[in-house]
Amino acid sequence: MSLERIPVEQLDSPEKNRISRNRWLLTRRTCQLLMLALFLAGPFLGLWVIKGNLASSEVLGVLSLTDPLIMLQSLFAGHAVYVTAIIGAITVSLFYVVVGGRVYCSWVCPINMATDLAAWLRSRLALSRDLVIPKQVRYVVLFLVPFLCWQTGTIIWEFVNPITIFQRGLVYGAGLSWGVVLLVFLFDLFVTKRGWCGALCPVGAFYGLLGAKSLIRVNAGRRNRCTDCGDCYQVCPEPQVIVPALTGEKKGLSPLILSGECTNCGRCIDVCPENVFNFSHRLTNIRP
Amino acid sequence: MAFLKSRRKFIGRILQYLGSLGVFGFLIAGHAQREKTGLPAIVIRPPGALSEKDFLSACVRCGLCVRNCPFDTLKLAELGEPVTTGTPYFVARRIPCEMCTDIPCLEACPTGALSHALLDINKADMGLAVFTGVDTCYAFTGIGQCRACYLACPVKDRAITMEAHRRGGRDVFMPTVHTDYCTGCGKCEHDCITDQASIKVLPRHLVKQDAGLVV
Repeated sequence: MSLERIPVEQLDSPEKNRISRNRWLLTRRTCQLLMLALFLAGPFLGLWVIKGNLASSEVLGVLSLTDPLIMLQSLFAGHAVYVTAIIGAITVSLFYVVVGGRVYCSWVCPINMATDLAAWLRSRLALSRDLVIPKQVRYVVLFLVPFLCWQTGTIIWEFVNPITIFQRGLVYGAGLSWGVVLLVFLFDLFVTKRGWCGALCPVGAFYGLLGAKSLIRVNAGRRNRCTDCGDCYQVCPEPQVIVPALTGEKKGLSPLILSGECTNCGRCIDVCPENVFNFSHRLTNIRP
Repeated sequence: MAFLKSRRKFIGRILQYLGSLGVFGFLIAGHAQREKTGLPAIVIRPPGALSEKDFLSACVRCGLCVRNCPFDTLKLAELGEPVTTGTPYFVARRIPCEMCTDIPCLEACPTGALSHALLDINKADMGLAVFTGVDTCYAFTGIGQCRACYLACPVKDRAITMEAHRRGGRDVFMPTVHTDYCTGCGKCEHDCITDQASIKVLPRHLVKQDAGLVV
């Protein structure tokens, strides 16, 4: 990582072509579709790489994976969870602690494709941002979930969770589960910009907290090249996370985007005409 | 926090949070309450399932039981069905439980919603068969000598016996379920030859009561 100032005349040409402008977006879509394909290959093609769904699954008959938030809900609902699910939840947690909690949101969650589409349409149709839901609401919801689990004795978020309802619908036969995605999509398109993932979804909030100290981070390493064009803020689903990294040089703030709310989607890396951002890791933050 | 500029704004914000918290919680809790109210009578849970209340706190709706059932018996409830969305069940008249001795569905359950304490499938307690064919059962009405349910029963001679009764001056046979042995697999209901099965498996809590509680 180079933090030294680069003279303007030495800047490499910022020209980016269509592919390089969407490199991480394309990689991410591929990953999301691959995740869906892996779950669907079993029931539709008989290729059983992964059995189950995002709530809990079994990889190649040996590795158990369980969503840690769902396991916590079960614990709060008063069930002594069997050891398989506990091991599965720890495995999943460890993974996200390293790569970034909200990598789940931007690289795995199938709802993300619908909400990204809504956000894109919103900017295309120039829909105004009329209603603002405070981003902190999701933490309130996240607090509410275990409380209600405890009160009702059920895994309560799973009655509502569009992620698991939709993905389960795809893997086990659809029913009305498409409707849930449509609701989230319309909410994001017409009610408020990035409202679901950015302000309400407690799953994202949970993974954000899980990955608050994650290893892999986006780095505004060449922030001295920034021309304040604002492109990164436009595309970022959590624009508040960019501010300290991009503008904090005078305050001595790290160029790493340290907030757990960053989804590591890499869209800022894609769109920045000055190539300010790149993927890096937290250890570059430690200076001798 | 920068967004809390004045006391009035602060109080307003707090009220806003509490309000949305209340509304959101109320909606979710109400929805959950509606979702978990009872299991329809034709719906039977897989072997080893905890009591319905405990089951809903334990099942993560992953469907691994469904995937490991070799007979495609189990199904996950879809959104809009009268069973709690995503939880596993089977309808005996469609495909009954074949009572595998290694209980693969239970083996696959990661959370213990299907209790790993059940080791012998013959001790399973999925439901209870109930004779409903007073007017329809071939054996009991004396139309014929059918004993399809008796032959289908995997807990042979213990869960279902054909008991002789005197009816209208004739000897007839009534399929009689013995609650201590019936596992609720539903093979009797599945094999019953009448249009509407004359023997039906029902969730156990609908049928069997603790005798001590009956006033």
